[in-house]
Amino acid sequence: MRKAKLKLSERILRALTWAAAFLTASVLVFIVGFIFIKGLPYLKPSLFAWNYNSENVSLMPALISTVYMTFLSLLAAVPLGVFSAIFLTEYSKRGNKFVALVRVTAETLSGIPSIVYGLFGMLFFVNFLKWRYSVLAGAFTLSIMILPLILRSTEEAIIAVPDNLREGAFGLGAGRLRTVFKIVLPSAAPGIFAGIILAIGRIAGETAALIYTAGTVAQFSVNPMESARTLSVHMYALSNEGLHTGEGYATAIVLLLLVILINAASAWAAKRIGVKK
Amino acid sequence: MNCFEIKNLDLFYGGFQALKKINMEIEAGMISAFIGPSGCGKSTLLKTLNRMNDIIEGCKITGSVRLYGEDIYNGADVNLLRKRVGMVFQKPNPFPMSVYDNIAFGPRTHGIKARCELDAVVENSLRNAAIWDEVKDRLKKSALGLSGGQQQRLCIARALAGSPEALLLDEPTSALDPISTGKIEELLLTLREKYSIIIVTHNMQQAARISDSTAFFLHGEVIEKSDTKTIFARPADKRTEDYITGRFG
Ligand SMILES: Nc1ncnc2c1ncn2[C@@H]1O[C@H](COP(=O)(O)OP(=O)(O)OP(=O)(O)O)[C@@H](O)[C@H]1O
Ligand SMILES: [Mg+2]
Repeated sequence: MRKAKLKLSERILRALTWAAAFLTASVLVFIVGFIFIKGLPYLKPSLFAWNYNSENVSLMPALISTVYMTFLSLLAAVPLGVFSAIFLTEYSKRGNKFVALVRVTAETLSGIPSIVYGLFGMLFFVNFLKWRYSVLAGAFTLSIMILPLILRSTEEAIIAVPDNLREGAFGLGAGRLRTVFKIVLPSAAPGIFAGIILAIGRIAGETAALIYTAGTVAQFSVNPMESARTLSVHMYALSNEGLHTGEGYATAIVLLLLVILINAASAWAAKRIGVKK
Repeated sequence: MNCFEIKNLDLFYGGFQALKKINMEIEAGMISAFIGPSGCGKSTLLKTLNRMNDIIEGCKITGSVRLYGEDIYNGADVNLLRKRVGMVFQKPNPFPMSVYDNIAFGPRTHGIKARCELDAVVENSLRNAAIWDEVKDRLKKSALGLSGGQQQRLCIARALAGSPEALLLDEPTSALDPISTGKIEELLLTLREKYSIIIVTHNMQQAARISDSTAFFLHGEVIEKSDTKTIFARPADKRTEDYITGRFG
């Protein structure tokens, strides 16, 4: 009796986990499928024309701006975040008040809605520093937004590096600096890259913080003081105007592929740089 | 000749005194064993000899330790000291890099860059650690692929690559099987002529088999130190006798 009951509950539980997994997967498949069905017919070569005009609604400038924006944001946030994490984990003393403060701050910052970053960026970079709507203002705003993410993931990756590796390096007469750069960071690289990938996802998907800081100009310019729109902002603009919803879906396909591509590239880089097992 | 001379050494971890008035001389060119129950301060004393305690926050040391007459706590370069006094840990800790880079890590740290010089150091160290034949065809492969016993010999080779004067080993075989243990004991016996070796062990037979002199520790004090034969045949102190005959708690 008892056995049979246990078996039944086990089967129910199993069915539930399967159902949950199936549901999750089907939501994903549904969204992707929906976007593809809606967008594919509009995925025409004219969508990739070099210059945007209201006729071709080209996403090319936005695509390039997205890559540019991501690059600039990471350029500012990654070194700062990684070096802060190194300081917090390897150099500061345990129980340091300042370290605790930085941790709480990072924790809090990562929970703030992106629109708040957008408003801050507008008040500070756009108005106070008089950068106007520009890629640079957008990139700096985004880098502040992703800084806690990079900081935390790097910290965690560094803490996960076993202490006996550090001991081994110190025991051979390596100083703190050499130990960190030759032993700790290479071992932590996969974790750091995981954080960067998440950050890229947030940058690529951001609209609110960018509309207020980078503006919505649909042309690409190498000059970071010019306004530009990323793919997400481009999508937002298209669907907002309501004239080119189809092209909006086509843009979503491209954005999806772009994110997948960037993730794959980062994973590949993490493998190259990080630990070879 | 004495390799180490330890005088009136007290060591505190915060408010806890882990070593009490240690006075000890460790002769050069011999294997010295530290034995004693868990928590008695063997590892702690070992770590004072290459200043690995410096890393531990709240660790305070008074007294002096001399390496061939030179006070290592006064004005000595720690990194150079650790090159001169190599250390091998309880759990093998190869770096996640190739066998070659593991061995070359120490020499590179101390400024050797030339490829041919590094090649020679790597081969020599691996030969000295009796592991050359097993790894010579896989120098470029990750050291993590080696067995536990091989990893520990690799770690010994890595310490030898800095051509140290002394070698500290903290329970180097406690994580290994009997065959690997045997290999490492054999290896240590061959290294005795060139290096002063200090080994911490919980294994009485091991101390008796390979060491020339043995020190017995209890509650942060050295109860007795003499040559190994004497200490195992006629211990001077009742507590030493109780410990080595296994009557100790
Ligand atoms: N980092 C530390 N902070 C505080 N106390 C410590 C620290 N390391 C060791 N101790 C304490 O110092 C005493 C001696 O420790 P030690 O590691 O030297 O013992 P041991 O003889 O090597 O023991 P075992 O045989 O278990 O390795 C123990 O009571 C231990 O709890
Ligand atoms: Mg110990």
